Amino acid sequence: MKRRDFIQQLSVGSALILSGLGLQSFIPSSKTTKITILHTNDVHSHIDPFGSNVGRNSNTGGVARRSNLIESIRKENPNTLLLDAGDIFQGTPYFNYYGGALEFKLMSMLKYDLATIGNHDFDNSIDGLYAQLPHAKFEFVSANYDFTNTVMDAHVKPFKIFKIDGIKIGVFGLGIELNGLVEKSLYKETKYLDPIEITQDMSRVLKIEKNCDLVICLSHLGYYYKNSPDRISDLNLATTTKGIDLIIGGHTHTFLEKPTVVKNIEGKSMLINQVGAYGINLGKIDFYFDADKNKSAKGTSIIV
Amino acid sequence: MRFTLLFFLLNFLFFSSCKEEKLHLIKIEGKQIKITDSLSSNQHIEDFIKPFREHINKDLDSVLAYSPNTFTKDDDELNTALGNLMTNIVFSQGNPIFNKRTGKNIDAVVLNHGGIRAPISEGVITTRTAYQVMPFENKIVVAGIKGNKVNEIVDYLVKSKRAHPFLGLKILLDQEYNLIEASINGKNIDENKTYHIATSDYLYNSGDNMSFFKPNESMLNLDYKIRNAMIDYFKKVDTINPVRDDRFIRQ
Repeated sequence: MKRRDFIQQLSVGSALILSGLGLQSFIPSSKTTKITILHTNDVHSHIDPFGSNVGRNSNTGGVARRSNLIESIRKENPNTLLLDAGDIFQGTPYFNYYGGALEFKLMSMLKYDLATIGNHDFDNSIDGLYAQLPHAKFEFVSANYDFTNTVMDAHVKPFKIFKIDGIKIGVFGLGIELNGLVEKSLYKETKYLDPIEITQDMSRVLKIEKNCDLVICLSHLGYYYKNSPDRISDLNLATTTKGIDLIIGGHTHTFLEKPTVVKNIEGKSMLINQVGAYGINLGKIDFYFDADKNKSAKGTSIIV
Repeated sequence: MRFTLLFFLLNFLFFSSCKEEKLHLIKIEGKQIKITDSLSSNQHIEDFIKPFREHINKDLDSVLAYSPNTFTKDDDELNTALGNLMTNIVFSQGNPIFNKRTGKNIDAVVLNHGGIRAPISEGVITTRTAYQVMPFENKIVVAGIKGNKVNEIVDYLVKSKRAHPFLGLKILLDQEYNLIEASINGKNIDENKTYHIATSDYLYNSGDNMSFFKPNESMLNLDYKIRNAMIDYFKKVDTINPVRDDRFIRQ
């Protein structure tokens, strides 16, 4: 009897799968999958909101408010990733007193998924950064910092792939040249590798080898340097490489009115976004995927 | 068993058909959301932060000393009471450490005007005051440089026409800001002598275009933050008494 029940249940299960298969095969799918990428950069230990007497930043920011905003967005779309583009540390006494522990604990409570490393994250030396890692429930990516001969070795990966609702999202990290910006005694044996070469490699690995539907670069290179236009920056990286859909930037504390649409080396449109600093803004980029050939034939529309 | 096999087969078909159905990126929407006071705060997060905030505030607001007046870095041209106080602090807190390690003394202190980030207001001086005036993590370093490099410092200061704080040097200008004379501790600057100049690691590494600290004869990082030197100094004195003097003036 028991065996028969089992078989019957199995048959029902198979039938359901069959009908599921039927739907997939014969009715043109109109299901759109929406992936939401939320991001911050250069929060610089700004845990409390600004007071009411600091000019245009008055009454903005604050981790507790950011938390509620993120929760409401996640409720609306569970297919959400939360990323940070570096310089988590340094800027308020919270960092001086607790060395970054509180920043990492709060980011973990907000369920950050991934971050890259900014120059100020070395301010208590690479050992100070390493010491706070147990407080971070999220991971770090950096493709152009070689940590081989440092304590951070094996704690930072070049990239991470997320699979959300059938969509494969590859995120790789890029850091700024440390020499001249951070004392060598702080970053120690961290090696800086050329961001353009690394990006060419990363976009090939993620887009072609790993078959990612979406490639995101989490960068602390800086948006653009007006006074040294040839210096590597997010804008220059975007126009000289291919395979990236979105660059989330940091370092220059650039308050963009809206995300920048640029053409990569192949002429394909992509986005760069950076949301200033101090947790004043949250960036939100929604990607819509569809299997309908009629819709996809029109190409990708970008609305900013 | 047959059914189990069928189950696996169907599963395989189902998933492989999914894979063939390529998803295309059809639309991207990007924006930013400002975090303003119109958003509600997460009480759980708020409660978590509270004890840390209270501990820091208690510490930052502890009274260290008293200021009889409000002093800003723009009170006067070329040298200010506040700037002179900063150099006094670097010298009086740094020299005992430097002397203990090297047997030598600091000859002069050079800081930068931009490095003073807030005034000291009349009334109580707290740890918070030190954080506001000196939010950076800069440490005191002492560079041993030849007299010709000290002359470069003088040139820099003369050209800048700004109240970059310094101690140990004396620079006299005419009304048109031309150099009349410069001395170090009351003596002429000897091109071949090595002088020990205390500064911040930021300026030592050519910050604010101060390119005269490198190359040098010697360099010692005291591993002592300027902010901590301020806090230690304020703990020692009851009432601060900063004064503007004639170390850098026009006549």
